[in-house]
Amino acid sequence: MAILKDKKVVIIGDRDGVPGPAIEECVKTAGGDVIFSSTECFV
Amino acid sequence: MNSVIKGASYVLAHTPEMVINNGTTQTTERVVNPDSEYLKELRGHLRSYEDCVNYWPNQVYIGNAHPDELAKVEFPYYDKPKADSERYGKYGEIMPEAEFILLAQACDMFEVIELDKEFVAAHKDAFAADPVITEDIVAKVVEGVELSEVEHFVNDEHAEGLYFEGKLVGCVKRAHDIDSNLSAHVMHENIMSKASSVLALLYAVRNTGIDKEDVEYVIDCAEEACGDMNQRGGGNFAKAAAEVAGLMKATGSDSRGFCAGPAHALIEAAALVKSGAYKCVAVTAGGCTAKLGMNGKDHVKKGLPILEDCLAGFCVIIAENDGVSPEINLDILGRHTVGTGSAPQNVIGSLVADPLERVDMKITDIDKFSPEMQNPDITKPAGAGDVPLANYKMIAALAVKRGEIDKAAMKTFPEEHGLTGWAPTQGHIPSGVPYIGFAREDILEGKIRNAMIIGKGSLFLGRMTNLFDGVSFVIQANTGAEDNSGVSEEEVKGLIAKAMKDFAASMMAE
Repeated sequence: MAILKDKKVVIIGDRDGVPGPAIEECVKTAGGDVIFSSTECFV
Repeated sequence: MNSVIKGASYVLAHTPEMVINNGTTQTTERVVNPDSEYLKELRGHLRSYEDCVNYWPNQVYIGNAHPDELAKVEFPYYDKPKADSERYGKYGEIMPEAEFILLAQACDMFEVIELDKEFVAAHKDAFAADPVITEDIVAKVVEGVELSEVEHFVNDEHAEGLYFEGKLVGCVKRAHDIDSNLSAHVMHENIMSKASSVLALLYAVRNTGIDKEDVEYVIDCAEEACGDMNQRGGGNFAKAAAEVAGLMKATGSDSRGFCAGPAHALIEAAALVKSGAYKCVAVTAGGCTAKLGMNGKDHVKKGLPILEDCLAGFCVIIAENDGVSPEINLDILGRHTVGTGSAPQNVIGSLVADPLERVDMKITDIDKFSPEMQNPDITKPAGAGDVPLANYKMIAALAVKRGEIDKAAMKTFPEEHGLTGWAPTQGHIPSGVPYIGFAREDILEGKIRNAMIIGKGSLFLGRMTNLFDGVSFVIQANTGAEDNSGVSEEEVKGLIAKAMKDFAASMMAE
């Protein structure tokens, strides 16, 4: 997961897939810097 | 005793002109990019009424085919018309746009809808011929005005135009000069939601065979808000629709929760009936004009017809236990709580695994799951994937994690415990409830023992919380007969055998 270390990350989660906050937690663990995170409903 | 699913209705109104004039994808495009290719090409991609009727998923929605039959149709569906399709189905109908506009006027209590008198004259007989449209509803349609008067309201008085086959035939006027909550746009949206809810209520009464006066309470669970500047979401679409549908003994209220609204409302209705507060409750919802053509840009780009061209409605009648109809088991309620979190595992866990675990059931003990039942014909070309399938994969993964099925069984889980999506992308409409009509029949026929209905809601869209939401409940075969009999013969035999055994054991000990 070093690919995310110290990188700025924009997250768009999916209501019926993986929501934003869940991706956010993973990105933080991998050392990424979340600058925007939201969950969208595509239906 | 648990309350029962007495019956259900599912209705569509084919509204291609509202796709162009009222769907937010299109209205937004007109503001942001008024000369776009999409807007130019849009009309050429609208389906005729016949094509809309012949569309497999629509025929499933109104009950002319089972979802299992749809699963056998080769994907995509839009280019494979269903033979012998009909306007009317056992659950409802697909109403043409002209007749729906007349129904909308019958639902207008404040004279905000003005129709061209020639348009009214041309379509009133067809409207009156609809089997659920009663004389008192037809009588609410007024004769109409000169087209020039309609044009005046649209051009000079901020009215929303009503169109049929590309021509202006009427308008929805604003209900207040400065209150944006009563603007022509909001009035249009709310009256169309109300009208589709009325149609659903009428079919639900017909389908269940109850008298209109039997309905004591109506819950509207759509996603619109009505009120004025001092109470923007004041509400009670429920009672407003009940009035037009002629449910004279009913009161009601609205329940809201985005797409999860219907599942919340059905649990509330089941509890109201089980508690004895009301004997018969109708849970109803009309459609959403804003969502018409929501994925239209992708459909046009890929050369598909505009598939989101229908307003949808549904109604489920919950009544006292009749000893026959499938019941809602309130002991098995899934709930996504404030503390649940948003990880997919937590979400599915709270809605599916946790409620079953509380009553010592496994995920595989549920024969059919009905989560978000969106039609993949609409969502896949738009990049949102097959939503029901995504839900089934998640449920199957959880079952594997809990050691209830082997990893290899994940592949067959969607087919065995799932359904192919057929519902229009009208927000709350596809959320768990489209299967209730079929589930009732499948259980009565012994095809399945039970079904779990799952509703999910995107609360974050309202910008009040980042939380997600969802609730679930289980429909099961009627257990009323067992409840009534007290102790069964088998149980008596068991008790005697146990007493004899204990007696023998005590003799041996002595």
